[in-house]
Amino acid sequence: MTAEDVLAGGRPEGAAEPVRPSDPVLEVSGLTVGFPSEDGMVQAVRGVDYSLRGGEVLGIVGESGSGKSVTSLAVMGLLPRTAKVSGSVRFRGRELIGMSEAELNKVRGRDISMIFQDPMTSLNPVYSVGYQIAEAVRAHHGVSKAAALDRAADLLELVRIPNPGQRLSAYPHELSGGMRQRVVIAIAMANDPDVIIADEPTTALDVTVQAQIMQSLQAAQAETGAAMVLITHDLGVIAGQADRVLVMYAGKPVEIGTAEDVFYTARMPYTFGLLGSLPRLDRPSERLTPIPGSPPSVVNMPPGCPFTPRCPLAIPLCDEREPELEPTTDAGHLAACHRSDELVGKSPGDVFTTGVADTEALAHFVEESEELA
Amino acid sequence: MLAFTLRRIAISIPVLLISSFVVFVLASAAGDPLDPLLARNPPPPPQTIANETERLRLDDPLLSRYWQWLTGIFQGDFGPSVNPARVIGDEIGDRFLVTLRLIALAMIVALVLAVVVGVVSAVKQYSLVDYGATFFGFLFLSMPAFWLAILLKQAGIEFNLAVGDSVIYTIGEATPNFQGSFGERLADIAGHMVLPTISLALISYAAWSRYQRASMLEVMNSDYIRLARAKGLPQRTVTVRHGLRNALIPLTTVTALDLASIISGAVVTERVFQWRGMGDFLLNAIATDDVYATMAWLLVTATVVILFNLIADLLYAVLDPRIRYA
Amino acid sequence: MPEPTTTTTTPAPGAPAGGAQPGPSGRAEREFTVAERSQFQLVLRRFLQHRLAMVSLVVLVLLVLLAYVGGALWKYKFGEYTPDESEPPSWEHPFGTDSAGRDQFAQVLRGTQISLQIAVLVALFATVVGTIWGAVAGYFGGLVDTLMMRVSDLILTLPLIAVAAMLGHNFGGTWWLIALVIAGLYWAYVSRVARGVVLSLREKEFIEAARALGSSDVRIILRHLVPNALGAIIVNATILIAVAILLETALSYLGFGVTAPDTSLGLLVSEAQTALSTRPWLFYFPGLFIILIALCINFIGDGLRDALDPQQTKVRR
Repeated sequence: MTAEDVLAGGRPEGAAEPVRPSDPVLEVSGLTVGFPSEDGMVQAVRGVDYSLRGGEVLGIVGESGSGKSVTSLAVMGLLPRTAKVSGSVRFRGRELIGMSEAELNKVRGRDISMIFQDPMTSLNPVYSVGYQIAEAVRAHHGVSKAAALDRAADLLELVRIPNPGQRLSAYPHELSGGMRQRVVIAIAMANDPDVIIADEPTTALDVTVQAQIMQSLQAAQAETGAAMVLITHDLGVIAGQADRVLVMYAGKPVEIGTAEDVFYTARMPYTFGLLGSLPRLDRPSERLTPIPGSPPSVVNMPPGCPFTPRCPLAIPLCDEREPELEPTTDAGHLAACHRSDELVGKSPGDVFTTGVADTEALAHFVEESEELA
Repeated sequence: MLAFTLRRIAISIPVLLISSFVVFVLASAAGDPLDPLLARNPPPPPQTIANETERLRLDDPLLSRYWQWLTGIFQGDFGPSVNPARVIGDEIGDRFLVTLRLIALAMIVALVLAVVVGVVSAVKQYSLVDYGATFFGFLFLSMPAFWLAILLKQAGIEFNLAVGDSVIYTIGEATPNFQGSFGERLADIAGHMVLPTISLALISYAAWSRYQRASMLEVMNSDYIRLARAKGLPQRTVTVRHGLRNALIPLTTVTALDLASIISGAVVTERVFQWRGMGDFLLNAIATDDVYATMAWLLVTATVVILFNLIADLLYAVLDPRIRYA
Repeated sequence: MPEPTTTTTTPAPGAPAGGAQPGPSGRAEREFTVAERSQFQLVLRRFLQHRLAMVSLVVLVLLVLLAYVGGALWKYKFGEYTPDESEPPSWEHPFGTDSAGRDQFAQVLRGTQISLQIAVLVALFATVVGTIWGAVAGYFGGLVDTLMMRVSDLILTLPLIAVAAMLGHNFGGTWWLIALVIAGLYWAYVSRVARGVVLSLREKEFIEAARALGSSDVRIILRHLVPNALGAIIVNATILIAVAILLETALSYLGFGVTAPDTSLGLLVSEAQTALSTRPWLFYFPGLFIILIALCINFIGDGLRDALDPQQTKVRR
């Protein structure tokens, strides 16, 4: 059996399964995840809805702790047993929440695969990379070890690893971080999945390697025709990659829309904050506008919008009631803000003042220096 | 790997020399081996005492005695015993084999038990099985080896009384002057091994299973286990091939480090079951101030410990491709 | 998994509670709703919540009180002969009597005292010597480290029981000499642990930060190394008490530890083993006391370890 046969065993060569672009492959609705802790239930995810169409790239953006990774782990059924998950995750109409482990194992890696953040720890140190890729192939296809290894070599070539044949016998510790992440990508595309979830795939890597990894990801997506969920806290990674963008804050989506909607006509102050924190080389120099404060704790959350303490536009209503996701410009662009209508045509600089976090410190510093002088 | 092995053996030699010298000094200072002779009534003739002093090299200075012992080893002479009829070199060989089979079997049983229990309680953390295993682990960890051994021995005796036949052997390492075919002899030896092996294995397994559980928990929480699950591998494969395979690596080191304490456990176990093994040899040697017998015991034991540690280190390199000995 | 750990609300020991600075709008309570706790409070709280460790602590305190206060108040003294010979347990003699008529309860209480004294002395002595030895070796490194650790290694390669029996045969009998013999071997184990802790701490960022701020060696050792190493050393010392009890009883059982006229739990078991069929109470009670003491100490050590190092037991369930 040759590598081509293995490929053919999965799906017809080259062309992905005829998925019409409008068909959702993955539908998430009302997803909530809680972790019991000493101080009460940690509500990591408090209701996430999105649908992913075939071949589409959905970017999920948010700070650490906003629940974006937990959402994806819930989709894969990889959360720890103590996690309380509710809501619905449907893959091609099949409900994944509550599915048995054995059934889930047929979905994982074959229909939906996942790429994790830290390539340094994602690979098993005691097995060669060839073995680990071939294992993914053999988990879903009854092929010989040799055929699976051939397929592994092809995959390594696809993710642009030089001398793939020789690299098969390399152990993870013999490869650089970027190389290891490419191996993880190769594992993710091994069975031509319909959905690839990439959880901060470039965060742990050097800036110089990040672009290469994004290229490998694009290659993987082009090869498999899979839809992709790209999770990141870096809007720069998403720009130019994502068709649609979902912004998360404190376990909930606060804005969702096409990339154009979110980047150019944002309707939620937090999105403005994220955009304002992004250094841009394509425009004349502008001051960065950081978001003051830090994300809220998701234990014992008070009512009202969780962004209120950091929001420059907060009004008393924001402390009382948490806004729902509501359509703005069109049915596909939703935002959760009581004042979203007032944000039409605003830019980040209009909402957040430059260096807002520094003014107090600066004043303090000046005072101290004067005292010393 | 060969260079590493040779270097390790080379490093062990000074360790052996110094520790043997320390023990030689301690053993020589422990007491006068002539005490029983001097206490005899009527007192033995002075010539006898002088002969014994001469035979046991008691008039020579300490350093000279150590040197004589050391050079004697290379000619197969382990030195004179207080018992003139006894040839230390001949006796310790037999004793060694007796103890070796107890320790080897007990270690294998303990390791298998520890791995199984450790893995099951890690995978089913906070389940009834885990709590039970934890409790018994702590119980055996807190139990004196001799007390458990005596208890098992008593249980064996009661069982034999109840059955009215000697089904379980409770005394000795084999039936003395056993007549029978090779197979029968083997069965006799195996029968004598049951109780001592169980008691030594239970005492040793406790710490290892705790260790294996912690190690397995750590591995099962690692990122590569999550990736293995994300591949869609069955739970069993994930646990064994990715979990256990990695969790076994640190156990090799722990096992090697614990060998010395297992030898200590074997000394006690042998005493309870009245085995004529290395433990009995040592205790007799110490009780009779038999310096050269003590030294022979130390030499054999220390060599085994050092070799075993070397094997564990080599095994570690085989199990973990990240380790390379150059 | 990164997400749940970042949302864990108990801050890692040593790290300041995150988000403690008040928000610009003064609505700080929204930013962080979990009260800050000092490291000591955290440790204490976690230990108190460790039910098994707390129960063990109570049982151990009761045992110690029973051994010392009970031993002083009990109507029969240790070594006192009563007219009742080979009596099974009764109200008069809760643990029965031996063939010479000695009250086994009084014997066991005395044995418990001696065994505990030996174990505590071993733990103290071995911990102090071993910690200093290991810390000095680890802190200075280089040739000092190599030489000092070779000495420790030397002791570790000798099977403990052989050397202890040899020394016990030589000096044995009195309880504190037995304790010194055992401690003289166990400090090597402690020195390894202490050295490991100091070595890992030496490379930590907060030590480097203290050094960069110009702190002196003494200040670094007293303010940073000692408090951070203390946890591991206390846990180790606790477990050492249990280990020492077991070794002492084994030595006494073999006849190289505490000897008559005094007694220890190991010696009592040793004396009783031939009478197991006829007077089983003589065998079971001292044995149960050994197990109970060692078990309590092991559970307390486990609880302390969990309380001091939540990272170690934190699990992704």
